[in-house]
Amino acid sequence: MNAGVLIVGSGMAGVSLARELRKLDANIGITLISADAGGFYSKPNLSNALAAGKSVEQLMMTQRDALAAQLKMQIHSDVQVTAIDAQSATVATSIGDFEYQHLVLALGARPIRLSLAGDGAEDVLSVNHLDHYAEFRRALGGKSDGKKRVAILGAGLIGCEFANDLRHGGFEVEVFDLAPQALGRLLPTHAAAFFQQRMENAGVKFHFNTGIAHVEKSAHHYRLTDNHGASHNADIVLSAIGLIPETALAKASGLPVNRGIVVNGHLQVNAGKDQAPIYALGDCTEVGGLNLPFILPIMAQARAMAKTLAGTLTELHYAAMPIVVKTPACPTVVCPPPQGSNGVWQEEVGADGVRAFFVGADAKPLGFALLGSATTERQALAAQMPAWL
Amino acid sequence: MKTYVCIVCGYVYSEADGDPEHGIAAGTAWSDVPESWACPDCGVAKADFEMQEI
Repeated sequence: MNAGVLIVGSGMAGVSLARELRKLDANIGITLISADAGGFYSKPNLSNALAAGKSVEQLMMTQRDALAAQLKMQIHSDVQVTAIDAQSATVATSIGDFEYQHLVLALGARPIRLSLAGDGAEDVLSVNHLDHYAEFRRALGGKSDGKKRVAILGAGLIGCEFANDLRHGGFEVEVFDLAPQALGRLLPTHAAAFFQQRMENAGVKFHFNTGIAHVEKSAHHYRLTDNHGASHNADIVLSAIGLIPETALAKASGLPVNRGIVVNGHLQVNAGKDQAPIYALGDCTEVGGLNLPFILPIMAQARAMAKTLAGTLTELHYAAMPIVVKTPACPTVVCPPPQGSNGVWQEEVGADGVRAFFVGADAKPLGFALLGSATTERQALAAQMPAWL
Repeated sequence: MKTYVCIVCGYVYSEADGDPEHGIAAGTAWSDVPESWACPDCGVAKADFEMQEI
């Protein structure tokens, strides 16, 4: 089977690339290999589905066959890719070999798992996939005597979004993080305090400087022991401490891997000269030293790569890309400064919101964080920030 | 009045409602929404919206 453009992965990255490429070229052959059911759903929607009133079924936006017809491509679902042979331009899979002219790796990322002790450790859930989310919803929906208590490990973006959404759904929520504040990688201290207050007003309980080491099963729930020796009870434990790029296949196939699969400014893996090109995009990818597991970078990559695949070699550029934290209890937008920037945060805290700027040596703002009522300034400010790449 | 849906996150732009928080008045036709406008939920560009069948 010769696949033309062969995309491995049917997440936001793989499907967005197919969509952008089809816009530019009506005839180019596109084949997509998916490890799951091969339909399209939007992963960011998983962490606010309760508030949006969406069931697992409603989250699936386009089923496999409809997606294949819409983008005039072949989709092979429930297929595992086992090896890439760059020399012969062949991918080995659980249903046989595929030859390619262009190979696109859109493998995504996996949740980082803490090494927890205790007989309940294996029951700790993490959600970076619709199937895992379905499992989580089943756990939430199971029988209970009262309000279910959910313990969330990690007060980063995903942990906070789930915390807010679960409160919306009427669950008791406690969030644990070893860091001293919420959204530790994104927010300066005063903004984080404002955020925490709003989330607490919505009923979320935070435990900072606190990590969970031990999860024991007891008769009807889990007993969590933290690093201070205190214990907490929960009916469901959700781990949301971060993502790690999916690089095992690339590594085993001899492709360059650092944090992510390393690609150049054209999103190509540097391979042998006479070999069919291999590309990577999305959460598995590292370009210009950046691995950014967010929507906007994926869309920028998909557009640039589609142009290259359609015949116009196109360099990837990143404008400053604000990250929206979907926490209705405290609307939050953060535009981090470019990686490696020197500077300090300057924060203006008001009654209804926070404006914070990350200011460099020449007093120029390099990044910002907007909370509450200040979030309406996002678009105007983003346009003034320096490009990332 | 038509509605348009963000193919990335499912946000719906309704011409009847507009997006007043971001300077788009109620009743603004999709063709009059500036290209610089972005999805208020996920931030992708206007080009990543599709007309919604009713």
